[in-house]
Amino acid sequence: MSAKPYGLIATFDTTPSVYHAAEQVRDAGYKNWDCITPFPIHGLDKAMGLKRSNVPKFSLCGGLLGFTTGMSLIFYTSYINYPLVVGGKPYFSPLFAFPVSYELTILFTAFATIGGMFFLNGLPMHYHPVLKSDKILSGMDDKFHIVIESADPKFNLALTKALLEKAGGKDIQELEA
Amino acid sequence: MASHANTSAAQPAILNEVNPTPFPRATLVENNRSFGWVTDKICGIIEGKTPTWWWVCFILACCVASFTVVGIIYLVSTGVGVWGHANPVNWAWDIVNFVFWIGIGHAGTLISAILCLLRQKWRTSINRAAEAMTIFAVVCAGIFPVFHVGRVWFAWYLFPIPNSNAIWQNYRSPLEWDVFAVSTYGTVSVLFWYVGLLPDLAILRDRFFKAGNKVRSFCYGFFALGWRGSNRHWSNYEMAYLILAGISTPLVLSVHTIVSFDFAVSLLPGWHTTIFPPYFVAGAIFSGFGMVLTLMLPLRAIYGMQDLITQYHIDCMCKIVLATGTIVGYAYGMEFFIAWYGANPNEGFAFINRAFGHYAWAYWIMISCNVITPQFFWFKKVRENTALVWILSIFVNVGMWFERFVIIVTSLARDFLPSSWGYYSPSIVEIFTFFGTFGVFSVLFLLFIRFLPVMPMAEIKSVMPQADVHGKDHH
Repeated sequence: MSAKPYGLIATFDTTPSVYHAAEQVRDAGYKNWDCITPFPIHGLDKAMGLKRSNVPKFSLCGGLLGFTTGMSLIFYTSYINYPLVVGGKPYFSPLFAFPVSYELTILFTAFATIGGMFFLNGLPMHYHPVLKSDKILSGMDDKFHIVIESADPKFNLALTKALLEKAGGKDIQELEA
Repeated sequence: MASHANTSAAQPAILNEVNPTPFPRATLVENNRSFGWVTDKICGIIEGKTPTWWWVCFILACCVASFTVVGIIYLVSTGVGVWGHANPVNWAWDIVNFVFWIGIGHAGTLISAILCLLRQKWRTSINRAAEAMTIFAVVCAGIFPVFHVGRVWFAWYLFPIPNSNAIWQNYRSPLEWDVFAVSTYGTVSVLFWYVGLLPDLAILRDRFFKAGNKVRSFCYGFFALGWRGSNRHWSNYEMAYLILAGISTPLVLSVHTIVSFDFAVSLLPGWHTTIFPPYFVAGAIFSGFGMVLTLMLPLRAIYGMQDLITQYHIDCMCKIVLATGTIVGYAYGMEFFIAWYGANPNEGFAFINRAFGHYAWAYWIMISCNVITPQFFWFKKVRENTALVWILSIFVNVGMWFERFVIIVTSLARDFLPSSWGYYSPSIVEIFTFFGTFGVFSVLFLLFIRFLPVMPMAEIKSVMPQADVHGKDHH
């Protein structure tokens, strides 16, 4: 391979092995690296040194926007734009506006949560060096992988390979960029 | 929790003295299967040849669905009078069917959201199919309110879109709340379902690519959005999933609450009761679990999924049916008690009339299906007999349809003015339209089991003992 590789990929057979290997890569000070797992492994975030996800911030904004939308929609349509007396009820009351605002809170929160998740994950991204590798098939099925990117400041082909070997990684390959 | 692993050291001393019997956790995947087995089993359904029974069922379901199509074409071209509604019963099968289908949907959201928050891990193998059931049930439910307005081309008046008359919706009306509740419910259910599907679509993308089927690989890959199992992604994904579960829980409770407001906010005896919201929600979950059992038991038998949907899963579902059925039975009793205790003669009459009037046959079908049927689930022998569980689940579905019929029709048929009293019978068009919705539902469900993974592989793997990073034996 003449071009600079995207990074190194190592395979692990069991959940505990990838978990302990992730701890070692984290402690070695790497930043641009990732674990490829077929399902979310409980505790792996901590082993990778990941911070708590930022998705809830998006959700909160979505929820507030939804509630405000509901209340202002009803206030505008029934108090400002076309006030109409129905059954002697007031033109506007937050009580009767509540059910619709409540539903819109949930609707907007759902969209913000999913949109926020995709935004933070950088998806959709249909082309990625990991997806080009043959290993993605087992990575989605029953094997676990650690990928260390060459973009990492600490990346050194020989040393990084040695680290992954020491951590128990098998079949270490270079990923084509 | 970190402290979990070393509990033996931190155990209170009393435990050594009393020496409690160890209470083993039920295995969720039997026969010690591997991760690879789960993938092969579930993907195998999609990758294999289309079975003959599928075609038979599919064609049959299409024929049944055509009843709804023809019924609706006839309704639209002729007018809403082709249904049997007449004063005083102006809401009948249309709203009965709407509430029936919406209620069925609720079990899917209960399984995916509420059981997720309660960390009921057994939900993993049934939640995908139950969520699909939710979406398809909402589709069937939506048909009725949209077409019962008569002139369906004005159905967009329900939504706050500026129109030439410059008037807006009446937001004081629970019917308008219902528009928002049901459309939000449908949308959020689809979103939740899609997010859950994402990792499984990625598996199918890669498997079809390996097998050389570029077209199907592209189709699954397009919707998988380039998912690659990155743990940085999983971290956000898990959080998003948790939040969706968190907001779906109040959503599912609010939807049937608002559906019950359609009745409870009116002044009609038999409808105007404060017990309606909790009673409707319990009934919805009851009917939904009935439908989950009706669908999952044949699926389990056909595809040999006994290792994934174990006896423990069936036990759990039966117990939920038992619990919610008993709540529903309690609500029936409480309605009667309040009708007497409230000392309102109209209210009292409405309930006596329900049980002993012209519609007594419907009332007693409801009572026997909804109150007596679930009581069989007290017995382990019954829960272990899958054929019997399946038959009982059908009774639950029938009973819950009759519950809505009893509530809606008996109250309307005997309103305040005895001179306007009547007896409602459905027209053949109504019957066919409702019959056809089972076909619509089956067509959608059959397409789902043919083309999408019926169980969430990633979620099942994450509750298997091998998924534990501290080794198998600490639980």
